[in-house]
Amino acid sequence: MTKQNNSLSLKKTPPIYPVKTKTQITIIFFVILGFYLFSMMYTQREMVGGFGNALGNMGVVIEKFFPPNLKVLPAVWGPMAQTIQMAIIATTAATILTIPLALLSAQNIATFKPLYVFTRTLLNILRTIPDLVLAVIFVGLFGIGLLPGILALFIFSLGILAKLISETIESVDMNPLEAMRASGANVYQVIFFGLVPQVLPQFTSFVLYVFEINIRASVVLGLVGAGGIGLVLDQQLGFYNYPNAMAIIIMIFVVVIVIEYISNKLREALI
Amino acid sequence: MTTYSLPPKPKKSRFKMIKKVTIFLLIIAMYVWTFLGINIDWGRAFERVVNNFHRVIPKLFSPDWSATNDVFWSILETIFIAFAGSLMAAILAIPLGFLAAQNMTGSKILTTAGKWILSAVRAFPDIILAILFVVAVGPNAFAGVLAIAIGSTGMLGKLYSEVIESIDMDVVEAMEANGANKIQILFYGVMPQIIPEFLSYAIYRFEIDIRASSILGIVGAGGIGTMIIFAANNRNWNEMGLILLAIIIVVTIIDFISARIRRKIV
Repeated sequence: MTKQNNSLSLKKTPPIYPVKTKTQITIIFFVILGFYLFSMMYTQREMVGGFGNALGNMGVVIEKFFPPNLKVLPAVWGPMAQTIQMAIIATTAATILTIPLALLSAQNIATFKPLYVFTRTLLNILRTIPDLVLAVIFVGLFGIGLLPGILALFIFSLGILAKLISETIESVDMNPLEAMRASGANVYQVIFFGLVPQVLPQFTSFVLYVFEINIRASVVLGLVGAGGIGLVLDQQLGFYNYPNAMAIIIMIFVVVIVIEYISNKLREALI
Repeated sequence: MTTYSLPPKPKKSRFKMIKKVTIFLLIIAMYVWTFLGINIDWGRAFERVVNNFHRVIPKLFSPDWSATNDVFWSILETIFIAFAGSLMAAILAIPLGFLAAQNMTGSKILTTAGKWILSAVRAFPDIILAILFVVAVGPNAFAGVLAIAIGSTGMLGKLYSEVIESIDMDVVEAMEANGANKIQILFYGVMPQIIPEFLSYAIYRFEIDIRASSILGIVGAGGIGTMIIFAANNRNWNEMGLILLAIIIVVTIIDFISARIRRKIV
């Protein structure tokens, strides 16, 4: 801080932040720092050689993974395509089923309170379960294959999509709808000309967003046996065939970036 | 008698029509490709479900309480991984966020470079990063911390850069005009505007990281995921039920607390 040697300032300048806030922030800071240090120590307790050794190991890893064996790419294109297809099917199914669910969990549409609370709670619980855990359970149910992966993605994206869209529906301007009803429009007309135009751009944008999430999730579902490229990656890692694994990882990276780019452009065009 | 007629419809431009038709055709093509590519053996799947249903689903709802102790420590480790990882990311993302913000660097090349770095980092799923770090530091929780840290940096950096780009530049300009140096501008002009939102995003990311770190154990990066994969391999669905319950409870509590804190900050 600059010293006040101005003759006009008779009193000491008041501090920018009150003392109470300052102590509070200091305490919070030290609690967070302490918890952080403890976490770091706790998570490193099983590590051989500590942090320094780990950094040294990075060089070894790069040697192991590089150069990637790009010759496997034609062979893994099939599973990669299946992965994308899984995401497409799951997103489509979730999009269709999310409409009734979103309507049920929107406060201004589902005026029957218990129903609204029930759907909301169900969706909240659904969203807490990570996609891979769902995949593990579905693999236990259906065996190894694409179906458990699709189902896991479907359930997972349903939770996110229904929440996002129900929030959009709740923020709809109800006045045009009322005006339409007052001038004699029937229920379908109100929905198609009043509600849909307000919700559609957001809806499409969220669907694309969830599709992106699904693409990213679907590439790893195979690690637990739910089909797609992850299955191949898991096998290659199991054989310690790191150059092949790296080629697959690079492929995943490129596909994710390309799809995200397309979906971003589409979303920008929509809104 | 005057006749009433509807107002004329807006003219449709030919370009837009072509665009719409193309998009429509592309979507159809995509679905044809999808449904031709996927073939699921429904008969076998149905058979499996009938066989497995009573072995899996009821057991998920009758958790094996004897594993409570193990599950408790695992989930605690998961929280530690998420915390250490997201705090690291919250700090790592600050320079990247400034780099990717147009109004701070003032150069188009640097900003584009920053944005590219951030989106490249974002494109890696957390689990893939965890695989790489497990090979690097061995199968332990610290690999998870590193995976979470790098994985979160991409998203946080992007959000940070958006926050920085949206600050009120008039304040900065006024300070510049009064002769403040760069560091003073940073501390008194920029920081007070961005800190609440930075914190809010960091806490939000912590929420996501709790979910992400709970599955990292599947590739050996510590936390409750290790127990998930063992329970699944041993078909120990009672234990899986308990693990699920633990995840649901912890995630719900942390979501609730973090939403509270975030509402207070912003």
